This record gives sequence, C-alpha cells and structure tokens, in this order.
Amino acid sequence: MITIVDYGVGNLFSLKCSLDRIGAECIVTDSQELIRSSEKIILPGVGAFKDAIDKLRSKGLDEVLIECAKVGTPLLGICLGMQMLFEESSEFGLCKGLNLIPGKVKELKGYIPENLDIPHMGWNALKITQNKGIMKSINEGECVYFVHSYAAFTEDNYVTSTAEYGATITASVQNGNVYGTQFHPEKSGETGLRILKEFTLL
Amino acid sequence: MITKRIIPCLDVRDGRVVKGTNFIDIKDAGDPVELASYYYKSGADEIVFYDITASNEKRKLFADVLKKTASKVFVPLMVGGGINSLEDFEIVLNNGADKVSVNSGAVKNPGLINESSKRYGSQCVVLSIDTKRVDGEYRVFTEGGRNDSGKELLSWVKEGIERGAGEIVLNSIDTDGVKKGFDIEMLEEVVKVSTVPVIASGGAGKAEDFVELFKKVPGISSGLAASIFHYGEVTIESLKKLLRSEGIGVRI
Repeated sequence: MITIVDYGVGNLFSLKCSLDRIGAECIVTDSQELIRSSEKIILPGVGAFKDAIDKLRSKGLDEVLIECAKVGTPLLGICLGMQMLFEESSEFGLCKGLNLIPGKVKELKGYIPENLDIPHMGWNALKITQNKGIMKSINEGECVYFVHSYAAFTEDNYVTSTAEYGATITASVQNGNVYGTQFHPEKSGETGLRILKEFTLL
Repeated sequence: MITKRIIPCLDVRDGRVVKGTNFIDIKDAGDPVELASYYYKSGADEIVFYDITASNEKRKLFADVLKKTASKVFVPLMVGGGINSLEDFEIVLNNGADKVSVNSGAVKNPGLINESSKRYGSQCVVLSIDTKRVDGEYRVFTEGGRNDSGKELLSWVKEGIERGAGEIVLNSIDTDGVKKGFDIEMLEEVVKVSTVPVIASGGAGKAEDFVELFKKVPGISSGLAASIFHYGEVTIESLKKLLRSEGIGVRI
C-alpha cells in the first residue's frame, strides 16, 4: 500500500488517478499511524515552501516522515514535496526542510538568464545523469512537465537527472531510499506513469 | 531546452462538446472525456476545457466530466469559463483541474487574481484575455468578446502578472475564426512585457500557422486551437512532426 501524504496542500486527485491507472493501491491520508505502517510514501506539494512545511509540522508529520525514511521506507517527494526533502530553502527567508538529502533550495531568479520566463513551466527534456531507481527505465531526451520558481542545488551524486533551462536544473534526486522529482510525474504523460511505476516496484 | 506546447481547447456546454466534429476514430465525438483522451493519446501537451454552461444546476455535469477526464488524461488540465470567485476555483480544482483561467471575472474583480494565487499558488492561476484593436490600441474585451472593458491590453498584462497570474492566454478577437494565422503583431508586443509564459490563441487555420507563430515570436510558450483539431484538418501528431522538421522543439 502506498500512502499519499495529505497535509492540506494542493490537488491530490490527479496523483491518486495516476496511481490507480498503473494499478497501484494507494490511500490519501494525514494519519500518522497509516503513514508509519505504509510500504511506500509519496509527499506531494505545490505552493510556498514555508506554508507547506509549517502545515506538515503542525500535524506532526515531519517527524513521522523522517522516522520512516530512516528505517528504509521508500519516500518520493514531488515538486515542492521534493524541495522539502532538502536542508533548507531561501523562499521567504531561510526555512528548514526535512534534511533527508544534503543540499539547498534557491530561487531560479538570478540563476537563469533574465530573458527566460519564471516559473519554468512546461515540458522539458531530461538528461539522465544516473540510470537508477525510479529513473531506471527513462531514456535520455524524454520530456516531463515542470512548473516551479525555485530549484534544488545539491552534489552531483544525489542527482539522477537534469533539465536545461538557460542553466542546468535539478530534475530528479535520490539519496538511498529517499527520492524526489522536481517535475510532476502524474502530469507527464506515459513517461511520468513509468516513473511512478518504477517507484511502486521498488 | 523547454519545448513549445500544443494545446487543444474544448468548449463544453451541459457536459457535451459544443462544436461538432468529424472524427472517425472515436465513438462519441460529443463526449468531452473521449475527445480529451483522444487528444492525450495524440500528444497534446495540455488540454483546455471552457465551460460555457449557462445554468447552475447543469454545472454539476461539468464537474463530472472533469473527474472522468482526470482519471484518463495525464497532462495538465486547464479549466475556464464563468470563474468569478474562490469558490469557483475550489470546485474545479477539487475535480481534477490543474490550472484555472480567469477572464471577465478578473476584469470585474482584479483582486480575484491576488486571492487565488495566494491561496492556490501562481502556477494554477491563468489570466485569459480577449483582445481587439480599437482606435489604434489593443483593448481588453469581456463577456466572450462582446463588451469593451476600456482597459488597455499591455497594462492589463503587467497588472495581472503583478497580482499573481502565473501564465497568460491571449486570444485575438481580430484573428479568431478567420483561420489566417495567429495575431503575430499583437503577440510580439505582449511577449515583450510578459515575464510569465504566454499562450497564443485565435487564428490557427493550418499547421504552418504554428510554424510561423513559433518562428516569428520565439518568446511564445504555446499555441492553442480548437476547430482545426476538432475537425481533423490537422492532427497533433502531424503538426508536431512538422514543427520538429522546422527545427522547433516539441515533445514527441
């Protein structure tokens, strides 16, 4: 059973639909107990970092997720959910994350050329830097759907794929059993469904 | 590099697609769910639904259409038509929409852009604008193009972005339905002032119109069209092949 963590941020309906489509059993919940006992966990998220991590903390779910990650439960963070896996974010002042992957989240503004639109929105091609984990079956150049104004900056050994948007953007990460995608696999067509499928097969 | 998006748009009234279609390969071309899944399989990068249902009791049908579509279509879904309040946002977002486009509702109450982007994030707030040339300037129209709001286009674009819109759809009333190509001149002006992605709409009559759009206005993010896809004049697969052969990056 896969648990989608519901902490009052964003639309979880399409994520649930995409897991249904690939035949994965899942529940959407904020129950600490159910999250602790699940085989795999997905941490979604859209919106602002501070707002999201505060909501997670107010439900006591930050500790639960850290605990689950430590005992080896596969955990997948999507978009803002991925960003929260890192040490900290500079969105609206410094804000601490879950610290499950070394690295920081910073804004795209100032990092990418000025003439490019922010958010980085749309379908971008992946460069696979490490062919493993949830990215195992994805080929170089396959496109996935991004929408974000902040990005993760970390050491190369945690990065499994990148995308080019005037500069190199971290697209997916892995630190042992902790995974993250900056893009939305549930909105990335058949490529995205294959990534989610790989997660369910871990 | 980011690819250019091709976006088919479906007008839905009382739970049915409004404009007739002559597809031979789908069972019920009037069924928005079937048509949306057909486009998804043909490579649409995003799908837009405009709900033009007039009566409130029949709006439930649209929510049902959205839910069913979200379970079959795994690309972003944008929904517009009659969005006037945060409650309207809530309903479509809870039923599977990823983005919500506001048009007349935002002209009447610009604060709606601030409130919705604060609550749901800029990524799901799309400012949709109908524009037309009046007295040597681009004027913003509302109520499906019937009413001149008096607002000037470029200042409304800037204001919308400042208030929190994460994306802009620009529909040219002058070129819409004429099928002689997108309104390149107007789009160039908008792309110059916009700091968020701009989607071009209105005027596509053939595949080459998209080539012209992306070549002449490199800053444009996407091309949106309805009838040329619905009537099968151009398929999304063949359009994307053409674009790629012209050196324009698309997802295939």
